[in-house]
Amino acid sequence: MPVKLTVVISQSQSKNPRKRQLEEEIVGRLLGQRGIEVTLVPHLYDLKPDGTGVLCLRGIQGHMVVLSWLYPRAAFWVLDRFGVRGYEGKTQLKYLGQEETDTGATETPAEENPLQGQVPRPPLPNRWIYCLDLRAYEDPQVYVDEILRLARETTPPRPAAPAAPSGNGHGGQTTFVGLSLPGVGDAPEAEARPAQEPPSAGSSAEKTNGTAVRKVDEQPARRWYPVIDYSRCTNCLECLDFCLFGVYGVDQTESIVVQQPDNCRKGCPACSRVCPAGAIIFPQHKSPAIAGATDEAAGGGLKIDLSKLFGAPDALQVAVQERDRELLAAGREAVGMSVGLPKRSQQRAEQPRDELDDLIDAVEELDL
Amino acid sequence: MSREELSFWMGRYEARFPTDRHYARNHMWAQRQGPDRWRFGFSAYAVRLLQDVYFLDWHFEPGTPVRQGDQIGEIESSKAESLLYAPVTGRMVQINESLLDDPSLINVDTYQQGWLFEMESQDPEVLSPQQYLDHLAESWKSAQRLIKGQVNE
Repeated sequence: MPVKLTVVISQSQSKNPRKRQLEEEIVGRLLGQRGIEVTLVPHLYDLKPDGTGVLCLRGIQGHMVVLSWLYPRAAFWVLDRFGVRGYEGKTQLKYLGQEETDTGATETPAEENPLQGQVPRPPLPNRWIYCLDLRAYEDPQVYVDEILRLARETTPPRPAAPAAPSGNGHGGQTTFVGLSLPGVGDAPEAEARPAQEPPSAGSSAEKTNGTAVRKVDEQPARRWYPVIDYSRCTNCLECLDFCLFGVYGVDQTESIVVQQPDNCRKGCPACSRVCPAGAIIFPQHKSPAIAGATDEAAGGGLKIDLSKLFGAPDALQVAVQERDRELLAAGREAVGMSVGLPKRSQQRAEQPRDELDDLIDAVEELDL
Repeated sequence: MSREELSFWMGRYEARFPTDRHYARNHMWAQRQGPDRWRFGFSAYAVRLLQDVYFLDWHFEPGTPVRQGDQIGEIESSKAESLLYAPVTGRMVQINESLLDDPSLINVDTYQQGWLFEMESQDPEVLSPQQYLDHLAESWKSAQRLIKGQVNE
């Protein structure tokens, strides 16, 4: 029986026994489920670009469910950065602050490609990637039920041409060759992709009745770098101008890429605050908006946050302070507002950073 | 005691602002208590947005120097929550202890017993009542937008 769904569990960075237990429980309960293969990797964000973990993930074919201790949006774009790509699947799991609405519509029609931002990107392989946040529920069964549901119900995002998947031919990317996608799959990502090797070195597979569990033994060090959400990015290059540590660059198509992720200053999220599109994610930052929470999850959704009205400093001011701190720590000179802040700073004063404009149209009059 | 007031219409609600004091841009009133000493409280505009205040917490010790915009506390109400920021640059000198037990004084007596804290500040950046009203008129649209955006989501 072919593998229908690969479940990737990205393990917590901490050895917190409760977290480990949740991970293990989920693995345990998925054992023996037909059509499901389980892969355990270290914390996604920390994986080395060319390490065993990333090679292993790239080798996975077909739909994926990725469980991590990250916001789903963050996990999705970390995978994208590693060249592990697909359509962003919507799950029925509800996170804090989300309302019980629009269940049933689990999958977005491919025509309205939700990932089509303004930066040219290689075509997506014809599969779904579902990301689930392990911080949302303590009960492993919630995840298991959702995974089993997905295994039953998932169909490809686009009608696939009757062509055999060419798993080994295209840098390891699974490509159900689509309707008009010659030579798909290779993502000229910032982090160079080596030719695929069988992801066997450093990983061990155990076959159980119907379910395989593969564990990647890579032991990565902690990393800190920005991840771009290309569904939001407008390629305005503000981040490139603002960051003075050479993290960003542009590729052959003049599109923004995170070129030197490890030049990034640990703990500094300044470029994320400067991004007018809210497209830069630091998955490990304590502020949900920066760590990749979707807008509805960020505020908890239940109460209005009035901080901006009551004098919260402008995001730009905070970003400039953070940058200056890092410059000084690196033995360089603080530059304040003098560098990398084009005219945009004037526009920002009037314009809140969120896409609130679209939302106001929906309500005629505020009625508190 | 009869007080002079200005008013501002927030939709269908009329927020009133006594003219015997100054105002800060972050929607606090400021009343001089001594040469360099100022008492601050929420304006009716802020209270209207918050509605019933449930919880108030301060993050500073008396005597702490602050700059305008420094985070000094947080507040939670029936409708909203917010971090609180120093209205002006100076030194935090006193808080209204009675609010810690019963923050509803903010709703009941916004301009007197519901005061929040006192600061020492030389030449603080405060607005006259009319300047504050102009500030409200200017920012009302973006305030509505900010709130509606969150309500809708």
